[in-house]
Amino acid sequence: MVNIIVLVKQVPDTNAKIVVSGDRVDLSAVKKVMSPYDEFAVEAALQHREANGGEVTALTLGGAGADKVLKDAKAIGVDHIVRIDSDGDHDSNSLQTAIASVLSELGAEVVYCGKSAADTGAGSTGPGLAERMGWASVSNVISVAFDGGITVVAPSEGGDARISVPIPAVISCDKGNMKVRKPNVKGIMQAKKAKVEVKTVAIQPSSVAIVAHTMPPAKPAGKSYEGGAAAAEVARLLRDEANVI
Amino acid sequence: MTETIVIAEIAKGTIHATTSELVTAAQALGGSPIIIVPCTDASVADAAASIQGASKVIAAKSDVFNHYDAAGWASAIDAIAPAGTILTSATPQSKDLAARIAARRNISVVQDVVAIDGNQLTSPVYSGKAMQTVALSGPAVISVRANVFDAAPSGGSCDVAVVDTTGNMATAVQEFMARASQRLDVAEANIIISGGRGMGSPDNFVHLEAIADTIGAAVGASRAAVDTWEAIPHSMQVGQTGKTVNPNLYIAVGISGAIQHLAGMRSSKYIVAINKDADAPIFQHADYGIVATWEDALPVLQSTLAGMMA
Ligand SMILES: Cc1cc2nc3c(=O)[nH]c(=O)nc-3n(C[C@H](O)[C@H](O)[C@H](O)COP(=O)(O)OP(=O)(O)OC[C@H]3O[C@@H](n4cnc5c(N)ncnc54)[C@H](O)[C@@H]3O)c2cc1C
Repeated sequence: MVNIIVLVKQVPDTNAKIVVSGDRVDLSAVKKVMSPYDEFAVEAALQHREANGGEVTALTLGGAGADKVLKDAKAIGVDHIVRIDSDGDHDSNSLQTAIASVLSELGAEVVYCGKSAADTGAGSTGPGLAERMGWASVSNVISVAFDGGITVVAPSEGGDARISVPIPAVISCDKGNMKVRKPNVKGIMQAKKAKVEVKTVAIQPSSVAIVAHTMPPAKPAGKSYEGGAAAAEVARLLRDEANVI
Repeated sequence: MTETIVIAEIAKGTIHATTSELVTAAQALGGSPIIIVPCTDASVADAAASIQGASKVIAAKSDVFNHYDAAGWASAIDAIAPAGTILTSATPQSKDLAARIAARRNISVVQDVVAIDGNQLTSPVYSGKAMQTVALSGPAVISVRANVFDAAPSGGSCDVAVVDTTGNMATAVQEFMARASQRLDVAEANIIISGGRGMGSPDNFVHLEAIADTIGAAVGASRAAVDTWEAIPHSMQVGQTGKTVNPNLYIAVGISGAIQHLAGMRSSKYIVAINKDADAPIFQHADYGIVATWEDALPVLQSTLAGMMA
């Protein structure tokens, strides 16, 4: 019986157009979804439960609007849903300290998360939490297997490595060979009724503060050519103009 | 003033060229950095001594550095790195390490930095659809994207101190599975040529492979190619749910340029697009766009490049 936690984060749909108004991104009109890699983390967590027994709790940090991502996880099959109530931006140190305290409180033994969140792209939370908990961690995991412990496959220079991971541990998941299950009608009904357990944690002030969001610098228009023969000219420019060959 | 510390990026047992870029980034924060070289054999660190601008090189010698374990590496580096701001490369492994070291020191980590101005750091967010600038008010760990900062010149000579260190490995590698091909992985390569659904069949990727082998590139793919064709593994996928790459040159062939593909490659230094549809969104991001079928363009590209490399 393993106490499994899966971290999920609500992010803008990856198709969404991001606009900056003033000096901050304006996400008010943007559809929010579960960060794509977190779907693989949920899948890995459910597979772990199926293999070794136990319960899966989905945990997020955010305002009340983030309950939706927990309900989505519930519909797919997690047992419990918990939100650390917080609006606003936190640096990695404040964020991880808050989440780590809740992991301890929940008695977590194995934590799954996505390899990075689609909004920040940072990928700091998984390894950072593992360090704070004093646990093992492997990031960018592309497959998981359970045999009492956990065996994962992750990229390693020149190929992949099969790694045995002692419990407790944090596993952050890439897509790899994982096929995610879709919620069924029963799951969706249960998710509707499910109650989100809300936790309030004192979050320490951040030492890294957001100054501004800006649009990416516009790229100067490139050179364009018609017809395959132009590839010879482009190859030459790559050598003589861009100096990349 | 506190120190700035560069953790050397190691590839194939030697110091990777991006380490010199990290020295430039460290100088932008102020001061001349200490370079820490994680190694099992201290002679590896000698190459760092010639990077101009570093104040000192520490060869951090430990068996822990035989293969990567986040807990082991973070503890072994933390044990010998002075207090201060630490810079790493923004490769997947080094980002993982950066997060571990920061957490170990109860400081924050800022990933994927592409610009430094005083204590302000800028990184792409929302898959590159916006940039975020943050201000530091204390030491931090910073990972820096490749091919953004100029490499610090070589020709310097600073002292190399060999320091033994140890760390606690938390995981154990059971088996290493080498890639079947000798070609680089997209995450490691400085030139990438990627194919999309427009390649028509996985068999046609041989044309991309031939060019890759001519110029030492990795072969990548769009998600449509990976999802449609069993023979194209997910390890080749570039984009939102694949790998984020930052090469000097990215050649997109038969790829439309969907926002999720752009998410993984838009910060490449130079982008070449080959697509038969002049309206394909990829052309808006291309430095060199060729409106043609790959059937017409690739043989010309291959033979020209082969001639240039000969
Ligand atoms: C949550 C989410 C995550 C995603 N993650 C990723 C990701 O990580 N990576 C990714 O790539 N996509 C991702 N996608 C999918 C993305 O939206 C696109 O569907 C995908 O990138 C399209 O791939 P493509 O350009 O190869 O195919 P298409 O869009 O079908 O484009 C094929 C192109 O080939 C051209 N073409 C056809 N024949 C020829 C020829 N003979 N010669 C030259 N050109 C030709 C066509 O003009 C066309 O532009 C994601 C989508 C979602 C919703």
